[in-house]
Amino acid sequence: MSLLEIKDLKLDFGRGAEAARAVDGVSITIEAGETVCLVGESGCGKSVTAQSIARLVPVPPANYVGGEIWLNGRDVLKMPIGELREIRGGVVSYVFQEPGAALNPVFRVGNQIKESLKLHKPEKANDAEVIRLLKLVGIPAPESRIRNYPFEMSGGMQQRVMIAMALASEPKLLVADEPTTALDVTIQAQILDLLRDLKNRLGMAILLITHNLGIVGDMADRVAVMYAGQIVELAAAGDLLRRPLHPYTKALMNSVPKLSGNMDRLVTIPGNVPRIGNFPPGCRFAPRCPVARPSCSDAVPELVEVEPKRWVRCPYWNDPIK
Amino acid sequence: MTASATPESIDSPEQLPQWQLFWHRLKRRRIAMVGGVVLVILYAGALLAGFIAPYHFDRVDNQNFFHPPVWPHFSGVHLVVTRYESMPGSFVYQAVPNDTAPVHWFVRGDKYDLFCLIPASIHLFGTGDSKYPIYLLGTDQFGRDVFSRLLYGSQVSLSIGLVGILISFVLGLLIGGISGYFGGWADTLIMRWCELIMSIPTLYLIIALRAVFRPNISSVQIYGMIIIIYSFIRWAGTARIIRGMTLSLRERQYVLAAKSMGQSNLKIILRHILPGTFSYVIIAATLSVPYYILGEVTISYLGVGIQEPSASWGLMLSAAQNTEYMRSFPWLLAPGVAIFITVLAFNFLGDGLRDAADTKS
Repeated sequence: MSLLEIKDLKLDFGRGAEAARAVDGVSITIEAGETVCLVGESGCGKSVTAQSIARLVPVPPANYVGGEIWLNGRDVLKMPIGELREIRGGVVSYVFQEPGAALNPVFRVGNQIKESLKLHKPEKANDAEVIRLLKLVGIPAPESRIRNYPFEMSGGMQQRVMIAMALASEPKLLVADEPTTALDVTIQAQILDLLRDLKNRLGMAILLITHNLGIVGDMADRVAVMYAGQIVELAAAGDLLRRPLHPYTKALMNSVPKLSGNMDRLVTIPGNVPRIGNFPPGCRFAPRCPVARPSCSDAVPELVEVEPKRWVRCPYWNDPIK
Repeated sequence: MTASATPESIDSPEQLPQWQLFWHRLKRRRIAMVGGVVLVILYAGALLAGFIAPYHFDRVDNQNFFHPPVWPHFSGVHLVVTRYESMPGSFVYQAVPNDTAPVHWFVRGDKYDLFCLIPASIHLFGTGDSKYPIYLLGTDQFGRDVFSRLLYGSQVSLSIGLVGILISFVLGLLIGGISGYFGGWADTLIMRWCELIMSIPTLYLIIALRAVFRPNISSVQIYGMIIIIYSFIRWAGTARIIRGMTLSLRERQYVLAAKSMGQSNLKIILRHILPGTFSYVIIAATLSVPYYILGEVTISYLGVGIQEPSASWGLMLSAAQNTEYMRSFPWLLAPGVAIFITVLAFNFLGDGLRDAADTKS
């Protein structure tokens, strides 16, 4: 059985007439020890999907309309709150985008890590364990660092503390929600190296959310590309990067700046991500798609397994680009 | 560079712990420090009232009603007090020349309980001779020493504020935090309840309750009643503000992070949300102490608060209600001056705390 199996997850914001579908039929599985990337533009439902794994999206305004989330053999969406608190941190841990905002400014970092230990490993909630964790994430002189406040640390350092905190309870799945977006480029590489290294050492699975296709090749075993609340392409990372099939994936890849190119302008995808609750009929990418045809707006295309282990939500995936 | 940051760089002087920076900024505000020092003196006086006061608060001097203030003065090297004699049938006193008695330190006098626990009879100063009384602020209509009663009265007047804010802020923080954090119908219910409570006129409630209870309840019971009623009405205002701050604090990512670690809602409120309001709470608490002090003063002044022979500043002021008294025996207004100084000191300190907490200043 998979570690995580999200089946046809549907989530609305608001109820009744005002309901806006933010996640529409997302299915994804993650095996133990696997790294899966969730890629997409801002507002496509990546974070909401990821936070749903521990049912962190506040209800209301959110509203789970359908689907199942099987984590470690239990359905998260049907769990009582007590059990939910055990899997939060215990089975799945989160690392967020802005480490500065995700640490409480009024507590020393050592105490914050200890708080996480107290919840899941109370017998280990001591300074020695905190120092071991800080060493694990590569913080120099951890003995003195545990007495630091978050503001006394740099962004990269803070993110390492966040990762240490997430690892404290030895989770089976680490959800990293754009862990490097708020950091500068050299630190980004360090943090990604750290994540990869920790994964190999501790054998946990990672769900990495990013809008940067550049880091997908380094990190991921498999990639899911999301657009407007739906998965549009799901494939092994190598296959997807070598030969993207969905027009949206192709467009995303085109818009990654290349050092070798001698272009005057960066390539962008025209238009904006449609707003939640205001999706176009039929294929949601059709209005921005370079290869769209009139029939694309008729019906929402299905996610089809076009090759073994490779799913695409576009009936014309095999057509050459005009 | 992150990875190469050395521990030395953390200890640079501009990165003092936050409370030290705060203390530093507070020290520079002279007026706040003056307020703070005055309050320390006042509270020390209240704590050591029995020792500092030359007389017990209900010691009656039948010979000397409305005795004017007597200050010791130097005669040679000795500190002495002059004896006063009253004109027969009136409250006009005249100093008797050359009839003095020396002032002694640590003199034995009326019995009292230090800190309400240790029986003692040593007073800081006095003459030890009842013929030569030392009435620093005169006596009242029963011939009781106003200075001593002022000190004993400060125990009531100064503690009522502290106990009051303790109750009202604990309630306000908890209920406001719960209301803001959970939102929804709980929030609506709690906030409407707060508005209901805030619309109750405190003064009339207390007067009405006094009419219901038997008239001879003790001063301690009244003291408790005043605190409870004032703080159970006052918490609603605090709760509303804390709720507003919680609404913004709960959206912080560290709250989501704490939730993602499996932290319980109550712990999140207590550990991650309420500490974020403390800079406001400390200041608001300081600034609302006078509310309780003045509340007690009003109640006691109206005669429904602390009862004779106990002392409180409001009760003592009620002796000066009569304009005739006020003109003839102005020392009866001493508790008014004490209230004025205390309230001003609290406001100065509160303002200073607020400015010191504001890093932009």
